[in-house]
Amino acid sequence: MGLTAQSTGIYAFLEELSRSPVKADAVVALAGNPNTGKSTVFNGLTGLNQHTGNWPGKTVVLAKGNYRHRNKSITLVDLPGTYSLLANSADEQVARDFICFGDPDATVVVADATCLERNLNLVLQVIEITPKTILCVNLVDEAKRKRIEVDCPKLERSLGIPVVPAAARDKVGLTDLKEAIHKVVFGKQRNRPKRIVYNQAIEAVIGELQGEVKRLFQGKFNSRWVALRLLDGDPTLVNEMRNYLQRRQPKAEPFLEKGEGVKGFEQLSNRF
Amino acid sequence: MAVAEFELTQLPIGRMAEVVKVGLTGLARNRLLDLGLVPSTIVEAIRKSPSGDPVAYKIRGAVIALRSEESRHITVRSIN
Repeated sequence: MGLTAQSTGIYAFLEELSRSPVKADAVVALAGNPNTGKSTVFNGLTGLNQHTGNWPGKTVVLAKGNYRHRNKSITLVDLPGTYSLLANSADEQVARDFICFGDPDATVVVADATCLERNLNLVLQVIEITPKTILCVNLVDEAKRKRIEVDCPKLERSLGIPVVPAAARDKVGLTDLKEAIHKVVFGKQRNRPKRIVYNQAIEAVIGELQGEVKRLFQGKFNSRWVALRLLDGDPTLVNEMRNYLQRRQPKAEPFLEKGEGVKGFEQLSNRF
Repeated sequence: MAVAEFELTQLPIGRMAEVVKVGLTGLARNRLLDLGLVPSTIVEAIRKSPSGDPVAYKIRGAVIALRSEESRHITVRSIN
């Protein structure tokens, strides 16, 4: 009960990841708007020749590949291109579920330097979920031709995460990207992502919900983010979280029985 | 001085306006917000399709086609 086709897909994929013969040292998710050269970055990093194309909705399933950097093996998961993680479509749901529930060691967001502004929506949504985010500003070569220059150090300061410029087609910036991923994954750099502050009424309810969320998920997810999504009342996410509670309720906490955890969560989500 | 507000559908081709309000709800609203169509965004009408609908708009560096069923819910005001 409660298992949707998408969630089955995600969990099947996660199980496959954990069963793979050579266990990677880290799993890194690759997200981004459609047409930002995300698959080119993927191929550039992994050396794989996953077919890339220039039409929307190209990457419909999750592709994975490996690379080694500083003697660590990294598995890279190429997510579908999306403008948002608010799950308006199946693609967005797959991307969101992987970032939230797939527990990647880091998430790279690939953005298009030629229209950076519209890419930042997704970046803000991702850093709201996880601080272990790296922004790769791709297509800087194309931007230069359009006389657009991106001030990456400034962007880095305002977002509070590493920002790496790249021209993945010409393999420019990929070593820097691997290095940035390495630092975030292995704790050599702690990000302090910008926090999005909502209006007073919303902030008050977030504060109220956060404590309960922390108890139910035992610090597993970002409680602020879960509280916000409960306020959204997105049924696909509520479902996915219910699945999570049913599947992964840690046994270490005897007082938080499976049923109680799920019930408590439903009470929360029914309040709004 | 009050600046005239009007529906995005009434924006002539080649002219720019500033978004005041996205008067949709649910998924349709989310979709437009995700594409960068939020209050204070500058929108330029680029061209009409042969039938007059949809119309292509330039929004934050990208060209996006909107049907009148969406754009008539978007309130804008003219800018100089």
